[in-house]
Amino acid sequence: MNIHEYQGKELLKRYGVAVPIGRPAFSIAEAEEAIRAVQKETGNPVVVVKAQIHAGGRGKGGGVKVAKGYEEAVEKAKAILGMQLVTHQTGPEGKKVKRLLVEQGIDIARELYVGLVLDRLQSRVVVMASTEGGMEIEEVAAKHPEKILKTAIDPAVGFMPWQARQIAYGLGLSGDAAKNAVAFLQSMTKAFVELDCSLAEINPLVVTKQGQVLALDAKINFDDNALFRHPEVNELRDTDEEDESEREAKEFDLSYIHLDGTIGCMVNGAGLAMATMDIIKTYGGEPANFLDVGGGATTEKVTAAFKIITKDPRVKGIFVNIFGGIMKCDTIANGVVAAVKEVGLKVPLVVRLEGTNVELGRKILAESGLNVTPATDMADGAKKIVELAR
Amino acid sequence: MSILVDKNTRLLVQGISGKTGAFHTRGAKEYGTNVVAGVVPGKGGTEFEGTKVFDTVADAVQQTGANASVIYVPPPFAADAILESIAAEIPLVICITEGIPVMDMVKVKRVLASQTKTRLVGPNCPGVISPGKCKIGIMPGYIHKEGDIGLVSRSGTLTYEGVHQLTALGLGQSTCVGIGGDPVKGMDFVDVLAMFEADPGTRAVLMMGEIGGSSEEAAAEFVKKHMTKPVAAFIAGQTAPPGKRMGHAGAIISGGKGTASEKIRALEEAGIKVARTPAEMGATLKSVL
Repeated sequence: MNIHEYQGKELLKRYGVAVPIGRPAFSIAEAEEAIRAVQKETGNPVVVVKAQIHAGGRGKGGGVKVAKGYEEAVEKAKAILGMQLVTHQTGPEGKKVKRLLVEQGIDIARELYVGLVLDRLQSRVVVMASTEGGMEIEEVAAKHPEKILKTAIDPAVGFMPWQARQIAYGLGLSGDAAKNAVAFLQSMTKAFVELDCSLAEINPLVVTKQGQVLALDAKINFDDNALFRHPEVNELRDTDEEDESEREAKEFDLSYIHLDGTIGCMVNGAGLAMATMDIIKTYGGEPANFLDVGGGATTEKVTAAFKIITKDPRVKGIFVNIFGGIMKCDTIANGVVAAVKEVGLKVPLVVRLEGTNVELGRKILAESGLNVTPATDMADGAKKIVELAR
Repeated sequence: MSILVDKNTRLLVQGISGKTGAFHTRGAKEYGTNVVAGVVPGKGGTEFEGTKVFDTVADAVQQTGANASVIYVPPPFAADAILESIAAEIPLVICITEGIPVMDMVKVKRVLASQTKTRLVGPNCPGVISPGKCKIGIMPGYIHKEGDIGLVSRSGTLTYEGVHQLTALGLGQSTCVGIGGDPVKGMDFVDVLAMFEADPGTRAVLMMGEIGGSSEEAAAEFVKKHMTKPVAAFIAGQTAPPGKRMGHAGAIISGGKGTASEKIRALEEAGIKVARTPAEMGATLKSVL
C-alpha cells in the first residue's frame, strides 16, 4: 500500500524523524490557512507548495513550486490544486491533484539519498545511502555503484549505532550534521521495522546550512500482509489513487491488476494467471488483466470477477482458465453460468477446465445454452480466444 | 525414491482443527499419509477426527515421534508456529499459510540460518508430495503419478498444470516441491535441486519459476556447476508489467530487476531448456530426457 508524502512525514515524525514544518491542504481556503501557519511558525516568508499524488517526478512535472511570500504562495497553490499532473510515473493522461502540502523553505547545503528496502537475497532489511540526492537510486546503481553505501539490519539485534555512523561518515558528514544523520537513520529504521514498511525512500535527504538533517521528501510503501496490525496506516489509504476495478476486486478478495490489452482473463492461482497472460501474448493477443480468483472461489466471487472484466470497454473476449484442484470444476462451471446469466455476455467466452470433476464441469457449460467455446487445453484456449476476439 | 517426504514421514498438523487444516488433513489421510498428531493450543489431550491433539509441538514430538510438521494456522500466528517447530527440532516444516508479514519471515529466516536441524518449505506454498507415498499440503493427489521426475515450483495451480502434463505424457514424479510465492521463504530452488541431484530416484527435474527476485538465476548457476541430471524450466510473468505485484507477494519486477526475460536468459545460458509456453512444460521436460 502507498501513502502520500505528507502522510509519510507525519508518521515518521512520530518516530522522531526530522521533517520540515508543513501542513496539508485539500482546498484553496485550507492552503491559505496552511501558508499563514507555516510562515508564522518558521518566521520565514518562503514556503514550498507541493502536489500530493502517488507518483514520483512531481517536481519535474511542475507540481512543486517555491514561493517567496504569501501572495505568490496562494497563486502557486491555485495553479497546482486541481491540475492534471503528468510525470514519468503517471502515464500521459496524468493524475488530478486533490491535495497539497505547504512546507517551509529550506536552506539546503547538501542533497543526499537514503532508502530502506527488503533485500530478498539476504532476507534482511537493507539501508542504502548515497551522496547523489535527487537522482533515482536505480540510475546511481547503474552509473556509480561505488557511490551507494549499504548496510543490512540483523533482525536479532536491530539497526546498531555503528551502522548509522558508518553511513553518516561515509556520506562525508561531520560535526553536528553527522550526529543528526545518525539520529535520523536510527529513527528512520525504527519506523520502517515497526510499521512493517516494504519500501522507504528519502530523496532527497537534505543537510541544511545549520547542520540539520531533514527528510525533504518521503516515499513510503507498506507490506499489505501486515496491515492487520496497523489500522492507523490502513486509514491513510487514498482510494482516489487506486484503479477503480482493482479497488472493487479487493472488496471481493480477488487479486486483479488492470492492463492495457483486449483479452480478459479469469484464472485460479497467481502462477497460472501469469502463465495464461503469457500464452495469450504468444498467440498474438494482449491480456486486459491479471485476475486470480483464488483457491476457494465461490459463485459470488466468480460473478464479481466477471462483472469487473466485462466493465472494461476494451475487453473483446474472455478466457477462463481453471485448473481445479481443491476447487472443483463443476463449482466453477456453475459460477460461470450464474455470472453470465446475471451480467450478460457481449463478447466471446472461451473456457478451459481441467482437474477435479472436469467432465461434470464441461457438461454443465455445454448444457447451459450459453455461447461458451470450450477448450481442451491452455494452448487451444489461448488460440481460440485470440481468434474470436479479432 | 524421493526427497523430503516418503512412507517414513510421521506428520504433525499445526492448526488441525481449523477449516483449512481439517479439510486438508482429511485429504492427506485419504492419500495414505501417516498423520500422527495435531497441535491446537488449549485443546491438548483431546482427539480431532481420530488424531491425538497436543497443546505444544514439543509435547507432540515427544509422544508421537513426529518428524514433519505442516502449518495451516492464520497469518498473524504462522511465524510463531514455524518457530515452535524449529525449536522442537522437527526435520521438515511445511508452511502452507499465505499472507505472513515479511518482517515476521525475516525473523524466522534469521532463526533458520542459526540452526541445522530443520528445513522449512514455504510459506505460501501448496506443499510437498511424493506420489504414492506421502502427500502434505493442498495439492490434488490424484493428478500425480509415481515416477522419477522431480518438480520444484514457486506456484500452486501452475504446478498442478505441470504435473498434469507430465502424467499425461506417462512421466511420473519422484517428488513435487512447492517452495512458495513469498519473497522471504525457506528452501529455495538451489536447495531442492541439490536434493534431486543426490536422489537416485530422480532422473530429471522440471522447475517452474516466475518474475521477482533472483532465485532462478541462482538456480541456473547451480545447475551449470553442480547438476548432472537434465533440467527443464518455465518462467511465468513474461507479460507482467513492472512495479505491480502479480498475486504472489514475491512476484514483482522492482527497479527493472527480476524480469522473466532475464531469468530465461540465465537458464538458457546454463544449458537449461525453457518451455516457450506453459502448455509445453511437460513436452519440454520430455525432450531433455
